[in-house]
Amino acid sequence: MSKRKVKDAPLPLGDCLTEAQQVLRERFCRQQLPDRPEGVEAQHKHLLELLKRTAVHGESNSVLIVGPRGAGKTMLLQCVLRDLLEETEVQKNLLQVHLNGLLQTDDRVALKEITRQLHLENVVGDKVFGSFAENLAFLLEALKKGDRSSSRPVLFILEEFDLFAHHKNQTLLYNLFDVSQSAQAPIAVVGITCRLDVLELLEKRVKSRFSHRQIHLLSSLTFTQYLQRARTQLSLPDNFPDSKFAQEWNEDVTTLCEDKSVEEVLQRHFHSSKDFRSLHMLLMLCLSRVSVAKPTIKPADLLDASRLCLADAKANMLHGLSILELCLIIAMKHLNDVYEGEPFNLQMVHNEFKKFLQRKSNSMYNFDQPVIMKAFEHLQQLELIRPADSSAAKTQREYQLMRLMLDHSQIMEALQKYPQCPTDVKQWAMSAFG
Amino acid sequence: MKLRVRRSYEWRGKPLSFNRKLKTHEYGLLVISVEGLPRKTIISTGQHILIEGDDEDNPYVAKVVRLYGDESGKQKKAVVQWFVRLSEVPPSKLKLLGREPHPQEVFYYQSRSCDDEVNVESILRPVQVMHLDAAAPFPDSDDKDTLYVKLSWDSKTFRVAPPEPAPASSPPLCPKPSLPPSPPCSPPATTPATKGFSRRALPTPDPTVMQRASSGEVRYSRATMSAGKAAEAESFHSATKLSASKCLSAKRRNMAGRTPGVRKKLELSSPGKKLSIDEDVLSQLLAEESKVALAQSLPSSPPLSLSLSPVRKEYNPPAAQGAICLKTSAVVLNKMSLSNLDSPPSPARDDSTSPQRADERAAAWLTGSAKTPKRRSATPKRTQGRGATATTPSRRKEAKSLKEPALAVLAEVDNENSPMLPVAATPRSSKRRSALLVSSRIRQQLNLLDNKPGLDSDGEDEDEFVPTRKELQSSSEEEEGDGEEEAELDSDEEVAAKKSRRVAAGCRTPRSKQTARSSTRTPRKTPSRKVTPGTPRTPRHATPSIPSRSLPARQPANVLEEARTRLHVSSVPESLPCREQEFQDIYSFVESKVIDGTGGCMYISGVPGTGKTATVHEVMRCLQHAADMDEIPAFHFIEINGMKMTDPHQAYVQILQKLTGQKATADHAAALLEKRFSNPAPRTETTVLLVDELDLLWTRKQNVMYNLFDWPTRRHARLVVLTIANTMDLPERIMINRVASRLGLTRMSFQPYSFKQLQQIIMSRLNKVKAFEEDALQLVSRKVAALSGDARRCLDICRRATEICEHSAAEPSASGLVGMNHVMEALNEMFSSSYIAAIKCASLQEQLFLRAVIAEFRRLGLEEATFQQVLVQHQALCRVEGLQPVAVSEGLAVCQRLGACRLLLLEPSRLGVLQRVRLNVSQDDVLYALKAD
Repeated sequence: MSKRKVKDAPLPLGDCLTEAQQVLRERFCRQQLPDRPEGVEAQHKHLLELLKRTAVHGESNSVLIVGPRGAGKTMLLQCVLRDLLEETEVQKNLLQVHLNGLLQTDDRVALKEITRQLHLENVVGDKVFGSFAENLAFLLEALKKGDRSSSRPVLFILEEFDLFAHHKNQTLLYNLFDVSQSAQAPIAVVGITCRLDVLELLEKRVKSRFSHRQIHLLSSLTFTQYLQRARTQLSLPDNFPDSKFAQEWNEDVTTLCEDKSVEEVLQRHFHSSKDFRSLHMLLMLCLSRVSVAKPTIKPADLLDASRLCLADAKANMLHGLSILELCLIIAMKHLNDVYEGEPFNLQMVHNEFKKFLQRKSNSMYNFDQPVIMKAFEHLQQLELIRPADSSAAKTQREYQLMRLMLDHSQIMEALQKYPQCPTDVKQWAMSAFG
Repeated sequence: MKLRVRRSYEWRGKPLSFNRKLKTHEYGLLVISVEGLPRKTIISTGQHILIEGDDEDNPYVAKVVRLYGDESGKQKKAVVQWFVRLSEVPPSKLKLLGREPHPQEVFYYQSRSCDDEVNVESILRPVQVMHLDAAAPFPDSDDKDTLYVKLSWDSKTFRVAPPEPAPASSPPLCPKPSLPPSPPCSPPATTPATKGFSRRALPTPDPTVMQRASSGEVRYSRATMSAGKAAEAESFHSATKLSASKCLSAKRRNMAGRTPGVRKKLELSSPGKKLSIDEDVLSQLLAEESKVALAQSLPSSPPLSLSLSPVRKEYNPPAAQGAICLKTSAVVLNKMSLSNLDSPPSPARDDSTSPQRADERAAAWLTGSAKTPKRRSATPKRTQGRGATATTPSRRKEAKSLKEPALAVLAEVDNENSPMLPVAATPRSSKRRSALLVSSRIRQQLNLLDNKPGLDSDGEDEDEFVPTRKELQSSSEEEEGDGEEEAELDSDEEVAAKKSRRVAAGCRTPRSKQTARSSTRTPRKTPSRKVTPGTPRTPRHATPSIPSRSLPARQPANVLEEARTRLHVSSVPESLPCREQEFQDIYSFVESKVIDGTGGCMYISGVPGTGKTATVHEVMRCLQHAADMDEIPAFHFIEINGMKMTDPHQAYVQILQKLTGQKATADHAAALLEKRFSNPAPRTETTVLLVDELDLLWTRKQNVMYNLFDWPTRRHARLVVLTIANTMDLPERIMINRVASRLGLTRMSFQPYSFKQLQQIIMSRLNKVKAFEEDALQLVSRKVAALSGDARRCLDICRRATEICEHSAAEPSASGLVGMNHVMEALNEMFSSSYIAAIKCASLQEQLFLRAVIAEFRRLGLEEATFQQVLVQHQALCRVEGLQPVAVSEGLAVCQRLGACRLLLLEPSRLGVLQRVRLNVSQDDVLYALKAD
């Protein structure tokens, strides 16, 4: 099949594949905006109208975009901005200020950033001069001097909006909302957050000044739509240089999506999370496996990728432990069973471990106390166990109370897969009593 | 590098007089000695001085009118005439000037709304103030210590400044030599003056009367005088005061006209003529007094003539010009004062009366010329002052009785300077008008006396009049031939000139000190000059502004857009409905404070969106309008907002900047404000300060709040503080007692709007724009009133409803009006909780996890569980649902996603399986959302 392609394609197969991978990777890594937002047309329209009114009519507005992570909030905003800036009238007028709650961690930083992005007159080069108080007064004065009809509208985009609500006194939010509710320079404040309770974070004065417009992005996606979406995400666009390759690739993708096992995998992902970020991650893994030798995505690839995605990190870590460390973990598990999750210390674990050794005639696991201590500390470093309370630094390490950070299922799963696990250890782990 | 000099203040000489009622002594001279410097500065009345103010660079400028101290000598006070500096005039009013102000320009301050009494300790040093012609250019001088006066400022408009109180040796007496041949028929020259006189006709603490009083024979005349004064006061308060004064002045003119030939003092003193002329009681009394005065002064004629002659000489040119053209006369006067400038304003004691008189006369000029309406406008103030003088006759009498000994002493001290001068000074200090009257009367008589000789000197003086003292002297020498009394005068005047020279030298000392001061000032100035774009400070020239748009904003095109614009919270409504009572209360509170010139605090509380700030702004707009219409005194409104500053102490900085435009650090600003509000100063206006979001100004020591509420209680502060916060009991909750006590009990609370009020608000905003169905409006207002009563919310919902309506308008069913369904949709969008929708839209595993959480809660009987416990339930549920059980990692991911949405409350995720899980939604909501599936 690959040979046929090499013959027929005007381009060599390798180039086609590279090209295809590039197109799809851009899509999966969200570097490229979709032509039109899917499933959120109403919200798109609402937001576009709102921002257009600010840009064209000079009407101040404030709005929050709320939705779970990966629901496409930023994507929606970017799409709206792209569509908005297509109008020359808007393009000439609109000023944009982008802030992120993770970057602008307090109002001082945020103010400097706003001033810088607005290119106000106290900015020289890329530096903002003046103290915090001066900057605030300056910015407020600047905004106050503007008016609806003559000033350029300013669009403030606050990503991770909820983090701004934790700034002292919510000064920035108060002032932005206050400007948006008074006859000053027209501004639109767009907050993006995933917290549904974001309004409760706002102080009552700030809340009163917020217009209470919220755009919720909640996907009511069915599995068929999800499957369809997965297919379109994998398909190559019509404008792909080699149309023949694109056509074949798309046919392969369609057959792939009709495969029963593939459907099961996708269903599992769909049940776990509806957002497209996890889907993109899965498809990305599949895409990376495509090569000249294997130019299509096979169902098996998808299964492997899915396994990789859903793999339990802690259980994987257990595979790398020594037998002694594994034995200690098992001893802890038994202690947890016996004492119903009460914390334990090294002596208790050692004691449990010694009980296991006594039942065994051979002493191949006979370790000295310091060795066991070392193994215990290693487990702590891996954060498989952690001190029950942080204030126990005074007590001797042997008696410091610890908790196991693993679930029983993780331990059993790890034991199943542990290479050359001694049978007696396995049996000890399985047995109900230590 | 401030030079803190320690000054001591002492009176020189004995008290000139004693006011028994107020228990004050009046003095003519004040000596300021600076520690460590041998030189002493002498301040005399009439001199221009600098008075310590809030701005160290720009101390207040004033002229000493009167100096007095209390009996114990502890309190030393001065009554001053203020001049305002450029920086004290509100920047917004500066444009009224119509030209670029000169940096050294000051304005003669004409407003009653300022305390003119200052502590002597606040006097810094004398300063030179030059009166300039309004049209004349400013002299090109580097002298930082010379100030120029062109205009007067009455807190509303600029006018031509009243001519300078004739400085030095030129008491502005009657223009006797310069008068046109027939004084009686030269109204331009005489009318204004005489009118002024006539108004002050009676309360004359005439030197001669005083002398008489001292000699103990004045009892009866004093009685008549006060009676006459009362009569006069009445006449001034009557509506016919103008005509009365006119008729008086006419009489005076007649009088003058009938005695043109009078030249000798002896003749002048002959009372018969005048008595026969004067018909009414007032003028009779006047004449009698003057007669007595002249009779008494005859024996000691030299002193009298001494004080008069310079006036004549100096004053005649302007008067002559005035005779030609009334309009220019003031200008000429200014020129004259300019000419006298090199002899500092009040060089000698002997002429200490003159500035006063000129001042008064100028005022009289302004007020007297009733023909020009502009000048007329100045009168009410003056009449008020007049009323005050009318009430003080008794005090004056007391002063008189004391004056004679003082005189004697002074006469001893400055030998040639006759007692006359201090005498003239004393009464003036307490009753300047009467002094003016005296001078004017004397001038009139002199006018008659010297009519002829004045004519020749007149001509000469007209083209080039006495620019320097030397010329002055020469001109006086010229006059020597006029008569023996004139010669006598001149010799005396020469002495006076010498004297003035001497005092001028004395005055120069402070000036040299000034230069020293200015040098100390330079380092302060350099930093500001040093500010360059390179220094890491806000560039001073940076103007805060948002660039303006290239295309104009579009106007609303249809009804819905129009309605939306009107409903935007930012649009300023024509009126504020439903807050009439609150408006009235605040209005009358502020208005009364502004009118009384007192201070006070008011606390306004109410939940957000009830129109607190809007109402206060509306009140201020109305008051500002009233002030513009001259119904109430002008005031200055500034506002700060606790939320708009980075920390509470920035409040000082913002207040200072809004008051004066100065920039300062918080501590410095606090100190400056403290000074400003506790010291008397020529502050014209009451300051109304709005402090929004008061609770944000809370500090641990509460000193910001303390100061804000303490300033209004100061005597000179004239500060009205309106504070706004949300909670009604804020003063009790967060303020310590001394702060709460100063805030007082003037409180007001804004209740949340009822649904009727909200409806009314929307209706008034829409203002007949038909965009809403009646029911829809009612629904919105009822809903909002039930929830919060927040007008902003109400307006926002309506705005959103118009948008929804617009979208659905494409459908044929729509009527174009916003209907119930649109409003319902908007209400749902804004008020409905999104939790249920979010749970419905969650993925299957997420929903299962929520169910597992509830199951685990029920099992435990607690509202909290660890992830590990929930996971067991979750896996069991998965098996029930026929799904593959979730792995721990997957379960944790699901849990974290729910936590990010805040459907669950989680501990930090590093706790892994041990983290505890709580629900952020009620269990019922979760079950409801899951069941509906």
